[in-house]
Amino acid sequence: MDLYEYQGRALFARHGLPVLDGGVATTTQEAREIADRLGGRVVVKAQVKVGGRGKAGGVKLAEGADEAVTHATNILGMDIKGHTVHKVMLTTTADIAEEYYFSYLLDRANRTFLCIASVAGGMEIEQVAHEAPEKVVKKPIDAVKGVDEALAREIVTEAKFPADVADQVVDIAVKLWQAFVAEDATLVEVNPLAKTPEGRVLCLDAKVTLDANAEFRHPEHAEFADVAAVDPLEQRAKEKDLNYVKLDGEVGIIGNGAGLVMSTLDVVAYAGAEFGGVKPANFLDIGGGASAAVMANGLEIVLSDPAVKSVFVNVFGGITACDEVARGITSAFDLLAQRGEAVTKPLVVRLDGNNAEEGRRILDTAANPLVTRVDTMDGAARRAAELAAQGA
Amino acid sequence: MAVWLTENSKVIVQGMTGSEGTKHTRRMLAAGTNIVGGVNPRKAGQQVDFDGTKLPVFASVGDAIKETGADTTVVFVPPGHTKGAVLEAIDAEIGLAVVITEGIPVHDSTQFWAHACATGNKTRIIGPNCPGIITPGRSNAGIIPADIAGQGKIGLVSKSGTLTYQMMYELSDIGFSTCIGIGGDPVIGTTHIDALAAFQDDPETEAIVMIGEIGGDAEERAADFIKANVTKPVVGYIAGFTAPPGKTMGHAGAIISGSSGTAEAKKVALEAAGVKVGKTPTETANLMRQVVTGA
Repeated sequence: MDLYEYQGRALFARHGLPVLDGGVATTTQEAREIADRLGGRVVVKAQVKVGGRGKAGGVKLAEGADEAVTHATNILGMDIKGHTVHKVMLTTTADIAEEYYFSYLLDRANRTFLCIASVAGGMEIEQVAHEAPEKVVKKPIDAVKGVDEALAREIVTEAKFPADVADQVVDIAVKLWQAFVAEDATLVEVNPLAKTPEGRVLCLDAKVTLDANAEFRHPEHAEFADVAAVDPLEQRAKEKDLNYVKLDGEVGIIGNGAGLVMSTLDVVAYAGAEFGGVKPANFLDIGGGASAAVMANGLEIVLSDPAVKSVFVNVFGGITACDEVARGITSAFDLLAQRGEAVTKPLVVRLDGNNAEEGRRILDTAANPLVTRVDTMDGAARRAAELAAQGA
Repeated sequence: MAVWLTENSKVIVQGMTGSEGTKHTRRMLAAGTNIVGGVNPRKAGQQVDFDGTKLPVFASVGDAIKETGADTTVVFVPPGHTKGAVLEAIDAEIGLAVVITEGIPVHDSTQFWAHACATGNKTRIIGPNCPGIITPGRSNAGIIPADIAGQGKIGLVSKSGTLTYQMMYELSDIGFSTCIGIGGDPVIGTTHIDALAAFQDDPETEAIVMIGEIGGDAEERAADFIKANVTKPVVGYIAGFTAPPGKTMGHAGAIISGSSGTAEAKKVALEAAGVKVGKTPTETANLMRQVVTGA
């Protein structure tokens, strides 16, 4: 989960990192209250999870509360690269003498953590690495040993931070590591890490990504969930514990296992090219041992997407028994009818593996005119694409 | 010979007394796996009856090794306790740890991987978030259904559980030496490369099918490895060509970040290494069938 800057800033503050005083506003009234409290000059920053805010006019300096409100009025509702601005953050300002860069992240390829530090901050670190690689220090961090003061000092020396800020940067490096571990983050990035003319070092931006797998030990992270920005179908699916991702096509997809469902999307897209370019409408993994209720919940979500013209249920029975899946599908029709959402769109079902024959027999016996049984994955994908094209 | 797991492997189950552990211990026993016990410190000294097979419960992996000579452990403990279980297995220097558990925080897996490296990699870790490893007809350590396919000459390595099952089913006419599900997490123990190297050295394996998916660069690295080191034919499949960037597709590791980790880049890299890449699982299976039968 990527955090907004204001959330990252609050998280940094909790771990004792130096950030500017401020607050977040969703209305101009709230913006005025924060600006009044802060007093004097403030920065108004659009809160979107995309880079290039400044260039898009989403970051503005205000001399006082009135001007801050004017900026907030302009920025709230603004579209930045397809992201609507729902919140602005207001902070006090700091004059900047120098800009540095500091981050910790998961280095997936090397199966370790990585520290990246540079005295050339304020721009994309990839750009610095490209133009002046000698200014970027990358240091693998042992996940067991972590970052103590000695290692932090080593990094700060290697990255050639100026002597007058070294102690402050060492302190920030240690606290940032503690935050990275304590919060189960996969990225904590400070860019810029700024030095003021008075010689203070401050975290002027906060980019944080948290590990969704660690949610069970961080109930407090629930506050970061951005319900407003989540697709409503994805939100409903999440509430029902379903692994659903909304896509922009016409063929609803339900399958078991992440890899098989990804593969199903691809096979449908290939088949769809023959039928006017119909595409998969979603990713939905119902997991192992899908009961009738889970199948009904899945079908309900997929069918409530108005873009869906046909549904492809693709199940390989490994541990899951196909007769259970077939019973799930037939009772899902009944369940949905009882909920007042009777199925009207065609379903193509492919069952293979564990108890497939019994599963197929159950579907044949039910003889629902909306259900077509096709016994190969490629053939079923083709039929589902064809039906979607006809229904479009 | 097969790879890493045979009928001679002595297997213990960490979390054997939990619901998943119990269910799959029964299935593994039915598949012929030589299971010699389980580990649960709170139930040490007890015995668990699996349809007539009585298995002892030990307090620790170390105790289990001492008493039974176990060389393989299958880990079913919940995500919050998995790191501890794997660290215990590493410290006991068991040869193979198969970590089935899904949903482990990546800080935990990165830590146990670092500990494994720091202590000389005496334990081969498969997973986490994987279906395990099966040498059909001989032994099964994990949750791969044992009846999909029998013994044969294809080696299979895959990030995905259900695609492993699908591919085993498609190629059940030929059969498999060993099938290894390495898991879909961002940080895993055994990689595609480790499995490819083992299959290259295994006389019972004649050809290799490799299944990858979006996210990371493991498949690109595997392609480089194949080019330099693998003389046996390799057929590949990659899932996730239509996945949008920035969205996690079920597996924690299945995410395209910016322009890296795309299926297209993986396919291009594999093809450049001489690997035939199928467009669908069925086409991939047919490519493999052509390789093995010459038909």
